[in-house]
Amino acid sequence: MTAKSQTLVFKNRPRIIAGMSVVGDKEGEGPLGKYFDTIEPDPKMGKSSFEKGETAMFSKAIEGAAAKAGMQIFDIGALFAGDLLNQLVSSSYAARDLPVSYFGLYSACSTMTEALSLGAAMINAGYFKTAACATGSHFATAERQYRFPLEYGCQRPPYAQWTVTAAGCSILADSGNGPAITHATIGRVVDYGITDANNMGAAMAPAAFDTVLAVLEDTEMKIEDFDGIFTGDLGRLGGEILRDLCRERGIELGQRYSDCGEMIFSSEQECYSGGSGAGCSACVLNSFILDKMKKHEYNRVLLMATGALMSPTTSFQGESIPAICHAVIMENDL
Amino acid sequence: MTDNIKRNENYSRYVNAISPSSSALSSLIKAFIAGGITCVIGEIVRNTFGLIPGITDEQAAVYASVVLVVIAILFTGLGIYDSIGRIGGAGSFLPITGFANAMSSAAMEFRSEGLIMGTAVKMFNVVGPVIVNGIVWSAVAGILRYIIALISGVL
Repeated sequence: MTAKSQTLVFKNRPRIIAGMSVVGDKEGEGPLGKYFDTIEPDPKMGKSSFEKGETAMFSKAIEGAAAKAGMQIFDIGALFAGDLLNQLVSSSYAARDLPVSYFGLYSACSTMTEALSLGAAMINAGYFKTAACATGSHFATAERQYRFPLEYGCQRPPYAQWTVTAAGCSILADSGNGPAITHATIGRVVDYGITDANNMGAAMAPAAFDTVLAVLEDTEMKIEDFDGIFTGDLGRLGGEILRDLCRERGIELGQRYSDCGEMIFSSEQECYSGGSGAGCSACVLNSFILDKMKKHEYNRVLLMATGALMSPTTSFQGESIPAICHAVIMENDL
Repeated sequence: MTDNIKRNENYSRYVNAISPSSSALSSLIKAFIAGGITCVIGEIVRNTFGLIPGITDEQAAVYASVVLVVIAILFTGLGIYDSIGRIGGAGSFLPITGFANAMSSAAMEFRSEGLIMGTAVKMFNVVGPVIVNGIVWSAVAGILRYIIALISGVL
């Protein structure tokens, strides 16, 4: 371990003043269904293609979050957004209709915390007064890009994950009501040599582990200091692996730890190891986690979205899967 | 560097041990049932066509394939075939119906990019390797047959 810190400390306490989650049907039927703001029964959102549907879902999340914050879209300082599709089409096409400075980010499924880190840093530094951080993913578009046609009858191993159809947007501001983002730990790319693109939980767990260690070392906090610890989309298997990796170092994550991908689907929904995708952590943060923080059931939360940084091309070339995990710490004013 | 290689080996061993795997026996049974039902339907169609006067058994077999392919494509379009495939596994993708499903699902999927650049270009996305292998290996078989015939004079 190096002496340098991976963690940014935000003294000016930029805060999340509003959050909006838009999810698909299947996600709405899951255990978190009642927390989501909008459940969209039509995966195309009335448009002619799934890609256009994903973009529409994305726009809806941003516009909804701004409305909940009591703002006009025009008042948003900057939009930090990303998704899973090549050339970031969903976020960029959604941003096309918004009169807002736009940062397009790709960090696979960890984009939500990358967006929050950058947004919070910009606000903390005083460059912007408000920022919108949004990410989304869509089962149909991700399947097509990363795997097979939708109607193709193929089997997946039991540890595979189901891409979440969802978009989430958080509005950050330099003042207002809501939990403050106090720290952001920027992850390093970690690769433990997993080559099976179906086993993303196993590929990403070491990155989450690396970031857990960095958070604890840089902030000098203990696991017990957090009321909730959430990883983005490790799934059931990845979550278990993270617990094991931490246990080896004498860190017991315990009951306070859960994984957004594991929470979003019940085991009866045939989603194998759980949900995945950039929209997974985004919609759970902007529904369940913010809700619990508002009710002061959680006062300090560590959110660690994890991303697998491979592409189908590198997978076919036999490359292993590099992974990353960015963490943000959110805190209620006490 | 060697540390990392060792770490990765240990990790991969650990992941293999902890990852759940699908049970071979139940997969085999499901595949047998799915494939078996497909074949039974094929046989029924073939025998039924065989009852029609003027249709030879060979023709009836061709018609049976056509009927199976049409059913598979219809099921793909109705969104049923992927559920069959998820349960049936090899039993649903090995028969001729699997080929029809792979082709029609790709054709449908890429329809949104237009008939030419979408459907026509991407139609063989999944089945391409099957066709390439079919052609290459039948060419190899043909050459072998020719050589064996030259040497032995039997064939």
